[in-house]
Amino acid sequence: MAREIGPVILDLKNLSLSFGGVKALTDVSFDVCEHEIRAIIGPNGAGKSSMLNVINGVYRPQEGEIVLRGGHFTNMTPYRAAIAGFARTFQNIALFKGMSVLDNIMTGRNLKMKCSLLQQAFWFGPARREELAHRARVEEIIDFLEIQHIRKTPVGRLPYGLQKRVDLGRALAMEPRILLLDEPMAGMNVEEKQDMSRFILDVNDQFGTTIVLIEHDMGVVMDLSDRVVVLDYGRKIGDGTPDEVRANPEVIKAYLGASH
Amino acid sequence: MIYRENGHFKTSYAADRQIFPIPQDRWAILAILAFAFAGVPLLADEYLFRAILIPFLILSLAALGVNLLVGYCGQITLGAGAFMAIGAYAAYNFMIRIDDMPLLAALLLGGLASAAIGIVFGTPSLRVRGLYLAVATLAAQFFWDWAFLRIKWFTDYSPSGSVSIANLHVFGWKIDSPLDKYLLCLAVLTLFALLAKNLVRGAIGRQWMAIRDMDVAAEVIGIRPMYAKLSAFAVSSFFLGVAGALWGFIHLGSWEPAAFSIDRSLQLLFMVIIGGLGSIMGSFFGAAFIVILPIFLNQFLPWLGGLVGLGISTAAVSHAEFMIFGALIVFFLIVEPHGLARLWSTAKEKLRLWPFPH
Ligand SMILES: Nc1ncnc2c1ncn2[C@@H]1O[C@H](COP(=O)(O)OP(=O)(O)O)[C@@H](O)[C@H]1O
Ligand SMILES: [Mg+2]
Repeated sequence: MAREIGPVILDLKNLSLSFGGVKALTDVSFDVCEHEIRAIIGPNGAGKSSMLNVINGVYRPQEGEIVLRGGHFTNMTPYRAAIAGFARTFQNIALFKGMSVLDNIMTGRNLKMKCSLLQQAFWFGPARREELAHRARVEEIIDFLEIQHIRKTPVGRLPYGLQKRVDLGRALAMEPRILLLDEPMAGMNVEEKQDMSRFILDVNDQFGTTIVLIEHDMGVVMDLSDRVVVLDYGRKIGDGTPDEVRANPEVIKAYLGASH
Repeated sequence: MIYRENGHFKTSYAADRQIFPIPQDRWAILAILAFAFAGVPLLADEYLFRAILIPFLILSLAALGVNLLVGYCGQITLGAGAFMAIGAYAAYNFMIRIDDMPLLAALLLGGLASAAIGIVFGTPSLRVRGLYLAVATLAAQFFWDWAFLRIKWFTDYSPSGSVSIANLHVFGWKIDSPLDKYLLCLAVLTLFALLAKNLVRGAIGRQWMAIRDMDVAAEVIGIRPMYAKLSAFAVSSFFLGVAGALWGFIHLGSWEPAAFSIDRSLQLLFMVIIGGLGSIMGSFFGAAFIVILPIFLNQFLPWLGGLVGLGISTAAVSHAEFMIFGALIVFFLIVEPHGLARLWSTAKEKLRLWPFPH
């Protein structure tokens, strides 16, 4: 592969998160290097989704901090995370159901569109130019994800696998530095999984996007990722290359042995 | 296959991004506009202008405002009437307190005053939603009902509480006859419908719909709920304010606070539910429906009663009106939340396939 793994871009330090009595994360630390694909694995309820939610400010951790390219964030918010270059997809698809595929992905351009409300109301001139320029970029994403045939379809009418693809498209439209993917292949058939794996590798390869990925399918994880973090009951129990993690006795006991 | 979407190939994104990408739709709209501006004035009589067309145009404008907020941004409001009142009384005060105030400027300022107050009364939406937001907007309604009734300055100390504006004119054109009033309202509505369409097909419209459909995901892609919601309240209140000023100045001529009571708010909400939430076209359908239904029932029910030998009183007709509205609201909420506009597009879909059923 052409890409080269860079220095640490995202450093997560001693993060703890609890909901009332439930400890979702306990003192978890790990880092993510530029251009790498970093997987988070673990049984159901291990705290993987919570981890992503902490990274991009949907949840506020009780302890710990997030260091992004040297900048310290103790209270990350989704808006700050978006500005800082994070994009993400959701475990339970969170598309805008009333909108078409095209509009969903266009919404991902929102931070880059600068025309004022008044300019937009009058349409002709700057607003129209801006809209068309971003439309062209979005069409590239639509081509890349091979969803040209459904661009005008309301997302609610799409089958699950395609919805996941649109979810990825909306995240890509943000042109993120770091892409957080929460189980992008859950519930897909083998063919759909292969397509999705290919898109993830291509994004990483062509745009150098750093990717943090939650995935259950061990085969996929071993193929795609450079390094893997293993969570269990909110604690980190393993961290390393896929081979190291696979050989880690604690991981075998907690995760690979458990049914999930 | 009278009506077709396919066969028109777009060669640019600009062509694809037009308001009406399908030629038939474009021609239909142009024909409707031409008819509205040139045909209707030749055909309609004074009664039609006063009782149907002018109220329809102004209420369409108000329904557009409500639809931007409720249908596109997903924020419920029971205070739409209050924002019409704010527009009307603000415009009134600009007219009487500033010498030579042009009518259009007063309408615009009325709208802006309503927009500013809309932002203030929209702030609860940042914390609460659904039922709680409905109650908060209801509080706005009652507050402004009270204010315009009790704070005499707003009504220029008029002893009866009723206010009026005489001698309306726009750039030397005297707005006097029902035809003049109709044309003025039509021009304003056409312009505002275009602005509304531009907003909902652009970036801000997508922000509103994103907040409506999935607010967490919207925040994650960098949409600020505060900006999206308050801008929806502002634009919606602006539309309502201008509509309110037109309602007072043009339709009623002289009016009291009761003209913009909670009844009006509910009526506007019904319009967008029946017409179609999240549809510009639906706002027109809803307004037409609600203006025409009572008139239709007034004619039709006594006639029907006559057929079976029953005398039907006016009171009975207005009761029937309530019952039919109630039933329709329930029907649309449960069966077709996208209202008449969806029924219309289903019909178009059928036309596309016609005469082949499947
Ligand atoms: N919003 C929430 N409110 C309460 N508890 C939560 C919330 N989100 C996650 N949890 C709890 O945190 C734990 C970890 O959940 P999650 O991060 O979704 O796990 P995973 O993605 O690894 O399956 C679970 O016990 C879950 O019930
Ligand atoms: Mg999860």
